[in-house]
Amino acid sequence: MATTEETRARAVRPNLTWVGTRPVRPDGVDKVTGRAKFGADLQLPGMLVGRMLRSPYPHARIRSIDTSKAEGLKGVKAAVTRDDFEDLPSEFVPAGEMLVNYRDMVRNVMAREKALYEGHAVAAVAATSAAVARQALSLIEVDYEPLPHVIDVLEAMEPDAPLLHEDLVTAGVEPPPEAPSNIAKRLSFTLGDSEAGLEEADLVVEREFTTRPVHQAYIEPHACVANVSEDDYAELWCTTQGHYVVRAFCAKLLGLDISKLRVTASEIGGGFGGKTVVYLEPVALALARKARRPVKMVMSREEVFLASGPAPGTHVWVKMGATRDGRITAAEAVLKYQAGAFQGSPITPGAMCAFAPYALENVKVTGYDVVTNRPKVASYRAPGGPMSEYAVECVVDEIAKTLAIDPVELRLKNAAREGTRTVYGPKFGPIGLIETLEQAEHHDHYRAPLAPNQGRGVACGFWFNIGGESCASLHVNDDGTVTLTVGTPDIGGSRASLCLMAAEELGIDFEKVQPIVADTSSLGFTFLTAGSRSTFASGLAVIEATRDAVRQLCRRAAQIWELPEESVRWQDGCARSEESEDAPEPLSLAELATVAGKTGGPIVGHAQLNAQGVAPSFGTHIVDVEVDRETGLVTVVRYTAIQDAGKAIHPSYVEGQYQGGAVQGIGWALNEEYIYGEDGRVENPSFLDYRIPVASDVPMIETVLVEVPNPRHPYGVRGVGETPIIPPLAAIANAVESALGIRFSELPMSPPRVLAAIHEGAGTA
Amino acid sequence: MTRLHVSATINGDPVEFLCEPEQTLLDVLRDELQLTGSKEGCSSGDCGACSVTLDKRLVCACLVLGAEVEGHSVETIEGMAKGNKLHPLQQRFLEHAALQCGVCTPGFLVAARALLETNPDPTERDVRYWLAGNLCRCTGYDKIVRAVLEAASDIRAR
Repeated sequence: MATTEETRARAVRPNLTWVGTRPVRPDGVDKVTGRAKFGADLQLPGMLVGRMLRSPYPHARIRSIDTSKAEGLKGVKAAVTRDDFEDLPSEFVPAGEMLVNYRDMVRNVMAREKALYEGHAVAAVAATSAAVARQALSLIEVDYEPLPHVIDVLEAMEPDAPLLHEDLVTAGVEPPPEAPSNIAKRLSFTLGDSEAGLEEADLVVEREFTTRPVHQAYIEPHACVANVSEDDYAELWCTTQGHYVVRAFCAKLLGLDISKLRVTASEIGGGFGGKTVVYLEPVALALARKARRPVKMVMSREEVFLASGPAPGTHVWVKMGATRDGRITAAEAVLKYQAGAFQGSPITPGAMCAFAPYALENVKVTGYDVVTNRPKVASYRAPGGPMSEYAVECVVDEIAKTLAIDPVELRLKNAAREGTRTVYGPKFGPIGLIETLEQAEHHDHYRAPLAPNQGRGVACGFWFNIGGESCASLHVNDDGTVTLTVGTPDIGGSRASLCLMAAEELGIDFEKVQPIVADTSSLGFTFLTAGSRSTFASGLAVIEATRDAVRQLCRRAAQIWELPEESVRWQDGCARSEESEDAPEPLSLAELATVAGKTGGPIVGHAQLNAQGVAPSFGTHIVDVEVDRETGLVTVVRYTAIQDAGKAIHPSYVEGQYQGGAVQGIGWALNEEYIYGEDGRVENPSFLDYRIPVASDVPMIETVLVEVPNPRHPYGVRGVGETPIIPPLAAIANAVESALGIRFSELPMSPPRVLAAIHEGAGTA
Repeated sequence: MTRLHVSATINGDPVEFLCEPEQTLLDVLRDELQLTGSKEGCSSGDCGACSVTLDKRLVCACLVLGAEVEGHSVETIEGMAKGNKLHPLQQRFLEHAALQCGVCTPGFLVAARALLETNPDPTERDVRYWLAGNLCRCTGYDKIVRAVLEAASDIRAR
C-alpha cells in the first residue's frame, strides 16, 4: 500500500512462502455477506427472551426482592434473583491480565446485599416474548435503601468517603490498617534509589494527570443463548474472547460439572478486553435451568455502557529528574485507579508499563486499587497502560522541551534496550524500541512543515504481551486438505495468521488449510484471546501441532519406503529421503493422506502447551493536530504509527491493529468519557453522547512495521494488539502543547476543556 | 394484540410477514425473516450496523417500523452478492482487510453501496463524511476508506 512503509529487519527464517503475505482471510466471505453468526444471531426452537432488571441507584441496600407478581404473568417461564446463586468464598484466579474473585463475581453478576452501581443486575426473567419480559420486569418489587455514593477515585480515597464494602481492608500495607476503606490494595515496584537519583538531577519535573473513565465500545453488545436439559447438561452460545474461561466461570457460579457445560464461541463483534468476563451468561443459564427451555439474552447499548466494561478513570502523579544533557536520573509515579464496584483495577500492568520505555537505574512506582460506585472495570486494550504511560510521556516531553532537546533524541538517549532491567524484575531480551524511534526520526512526517495552529507530538508505548495455555489440533484429510482446530476466538483475523503458519510449516497452499474455533468440549483448555497472545500462543500450539503431523507423515513415508524414519525429512510439502542414490520419489502430503488408512489410520497432529518466551512490543507514534481556537476543537490531521511486530505474519492485520489502536487512543485523548451527574448516574450511556471517533474525525493512519524478531518464537512473533492504544494519549497532548503552548493534564481534551484553557491562557490542572 | 400483515419486496423477492405494530424493521428482518446480516449495535440510529436501503434510500433499520415497508422495497446485506459473484465493495473489503471483527461490515457495505449509487467518484472526504454514520471500533477506518475508493474505481471502469 502506497502509504505503508515496511521495514523488514532480518527475518528469523529467510525464504518464507506464506508467512508475511496478505491472503484473504478464511472467514472473510461470511463476514462480507452477512452469513457470519454473532452472539445475537442464533435462534433456537422454543427460545425464550431473557431480560435483566437493573438498579437505578449507584449505591443502595437491597432490603427485599419480590418476583411473585412477575412470575404470575402469563408467558413468564422463570425469574431469578440473588437467591438463585450460591454465595462463594473469596478466591483469586487469573483472567487475562487480571485476577478475579468468585465472591465478587457472583455479586457482580447479580447484586446480593447491595446494588453497587447504576445498572447493577438485581433480577432477571425469561418470557415468551420481549413484550412480556418487559412487563414482567415492571412487576418485580425491589425495596431499596439508597446510600451515599462515590464515583471519583480521589474522593473515594478520602477517610470519610461512603464505604462500598464494610469489610474491605487495604492489602499491601504493613501493618494492615484497622479501619476499612475503599482502597483495596496498594502495590509498589522499586528499582535502585529514586530519591538519590532525583538529587543527581539538574531538572526535576513533577506533574499530576487525570483521565476519565472510558468504555471499550465494541459495536456488538453482549449476547448469549443458554440451554439446559433435564439432566443438567448445559449448552451456551456466546460472544466472548474466551469460551473456556466463560465455561470455568459459569460452571463455578452455577455449581455445574465443567464436563457438562459446552460453550461455543460465536463470531465476536469486538471485545478489546471487555469480553473476557461474564455478565449475562450465568444468568441465562440459571433462567434456562429453571425454565428448561433455551433462553436468549442480549444487552441494549445502554446496558453495555452502564453494566459492562469499562476502563478506569485515573489520577496519576509523576516526578522525573534529568541531567542538563538529557539523561533521566530517576522516575517516580503514584497511580490511583478506579476499580469500580469490586477490587481489581489494572494497577499492576499500569505500574509495569509506566517507565518501561526507558533504561533507568532509579524507579519507584506505587499503585492504589480503589473501589467506587461504577461497574467493576474490565480489561481494555493494554489495561492500565495508557493512563500511566500517558502521564510519563507528557513529563518526558516537558523535560525535552525545557532542556531544548528534540523529544525523539531525548527518548533515544534514554531508550530501553536488550539487557535493560525492568522495574518489575526481568531484563529485556532483544526489543525494537530504538528501531521505532529511529524510524520516527527519519520519517518524512517528522520533518514535514506545520500550518498555523498546528502542532506535532510524539510518544512511545510499551506492552509486555502474554503467553498462556493453548491447544491446537491439525487433521490431515484424505484429499490432502487440512482442518485446523484452535481454541482462541478470532477477534481480528487470527484465523488467517494461524493458517498462514500451518501452511508454511506443512509446505502446502494456504487455501488448503481450513480453520475452526472449537467448542469447549472438542479441544483442551485454551486461555482467552487477550493480552496480544493469540497469534503468539495459539500460533505456537499450531506450529507444534503441525510439526507433530509432519512427524507422522514422515513416519508413514518411511514405512512405505521401508527406510528408517530418521532418513526421512519434510521439505516443500513432501516427505523426502536422500539416504541412497536410488532415493525414492518424494511423497506429497496429499499422496500420504490418501493412503493414510492403509499405513496406520488417520493423521492428526496435536499440541497442548503453556506458551513461554513471550516478548514485548514497543511503538512510537507521531501525530499532527490542528486546534480551532474559536471552538476548542482539536483535529488530528496526520498520524503515523510505528511499532515492532517481531514478525508480521499477516501484515494487513498487523497494520489494522496499529490503526485501530491509534484511533481508539485518539478517542480517549480527545472525546470519550463517562459523564456522571450529582446523583451518581451516567448521563451519556449512548453512542450519540459517548462519541467514539467516526470516519470523518480521523485521517489515514500511516503505519511502519518494524520487525525485530522475538528469538523465542519460530517466526519471531511478539504480539501487537495492545501497544498501539498507548502512545496516542500523550502524543496528542504533546501535539496540542506544541500548537497552543498549553500543557493539558486532563483527558479528554474535548472542545469545552480546550476552549476554557485557551480563554484562561493556561493549562487545566 | 393483532399482528399486522405486510407485503414488501426484500432483496428483489416478494415477501409477506406478520409483525407487531411497534416492531422495528430490524427486528422483523432478524427475528421474523431470519435475515441476521443486519446487526443491532445501538437501536437508536447512532451506529449504522443495521444499515439497509428502503427504496434505494439509506436508512437505519432500527429506526423504521416493520409496518412502514408495506409496498416498498428493502435491500439488505444478504442481497448484495449476485449468485457467487461478490459486489466490488465486498471484494475490496476482503482484499484490503477492511474488517477485523466484522460486525459493522454489513452496515458499512450497504452504506458504501448507497454512496456509490449517488456519487460514483467520491473523494476521500466524501467517503469519510458519508460513512460518518457507521461506527467501526476495530479498524480506525483507514482500510475501509481505501476499500471504498478502490471499489468506486472498479465500478467506474466497468
